[in-house]
Amino acid sequence: MRCRVAWLFPRARGSVRLMQGSGEPKTTETDVRAKPWGTEAELLAKLRAGDETAFAALVDDLHGWLVTLAASFTSSPPLAEDIVQETWLAVIRGLRAFEGRSSLRTWIFSILVRRARTMAVREARRGVPVTGSEGRNGDGFVEWAPGRGRIGLWEETPIPWALEDPAAIYQSHEALEVVRTALTGLPVAQRQVVLLRDVEDVPAREVCNILDLSETNQRVLLHRGRAGIRRALDRYMREGARPPSRAEIGRTSLLTRQRSRGPEDAGNAEAAGLKGDSRTTSGGTP
Amino acid sequence: MNCYEAIDLMGDAIEGTLALEARAGLDDHLAECPPCCTYLDQLRLTRQALGHLPGPGETGDRSSDLIAKFKREFPAGR
Repeated sequence: MRCRVAWLFPRARGSVRLMQGSGEPKTTETDVRAKPWGTEAELLAKLRAGDETAFAALVDDLHGWLVTLAASFTSSPPLAEDIVQETWLAVIRGLRAFEGRSSLRTWIFSILVRRARTMAVREARRGVPVTGSEGRNGDGFVEWAPGRGRIGLWEETPIPWALEDPAAIYQSHEALEVVRTALTGLPVAQRQVVLLRDVEDVPAREVCNILDLSETNQRVLLHRGRAGIRRALDRYMREGARPPSRAEIGRTSLLTRQRSRGPEDAGNAEAAGLKGDSRTTSGGTP
Repeated sequence: MNCYEAIDLMGDAIEGTLALEARAGLDDHLAECPPCCTYLDQLRLTRQALGHLPGPGETGDRSSDLIAKFKREFPAGR
């Protein structure tokens, strides 16, 4: 079988794409996040000059994701809104002094997480649980860890999705809803990492700083989170399982309800399509 | 390289941050391992889909309040 992803690794151009470390932006999708206001430097200049249209566009662009991230710190939707409001006020106050050592978006997300922690803890003293849904965890699901191969990633040998054009997956509103639903249903820590890394494209190093994670932990959470979303997409691609509508479900725990397959025998790795006979372990797992 | 090693590298692989040597090893593994190959492909598509997610929901009725505060802090033309 010819490997469909061989083009992922264009060796001839490898040196161009290859970057050490973990903090570089995606090389192929810069257009996706192209913003109406041009470069970040231009945006910053506009904001500092009092361009309210630029500010409104920034709010429009980020607000929803800020609320999503804030909601991962508290079970109270009104508190999540308050956290975001406080974040924007801090952004307005801090814009002049912002030194640009990180990107503007990264800076805003880091403000949010600091506020969220403080405010959620304060509320917790008054009896509001700190985090929302624990998502898929807690129902016996085995999470992936380095050195464990496909355990926690796939129960059945992955079958290629029948896509003539891979882009179809992110051009389909329905598929994106599957992704969004799966993201919302991830355990909190995974949701936070995936949101920042893959949705908002915040560099790994910054995500570690913002969420106070070790690099290893961040990588594991990211891999687990992506695996959970891939699983949902896989089910959708193979069974046409549409995400439940918002009317049918609450705000959280979607995957828990959706999941049809239980965890299988964790020792059955080879039977599930794993090649290679030695199980390598990479030391302790976080 | 076996599947266990290959899977550990997949996160970096779809981000393009793998060192050249590791990538060559992974490439060789993928060439003969359809499940890993398919999985990596799907992981990559998953990440792309995440990058295309439109922002959720409405900005809310508090945005005009925010803009007013912004204008107060940054009066245009000053």
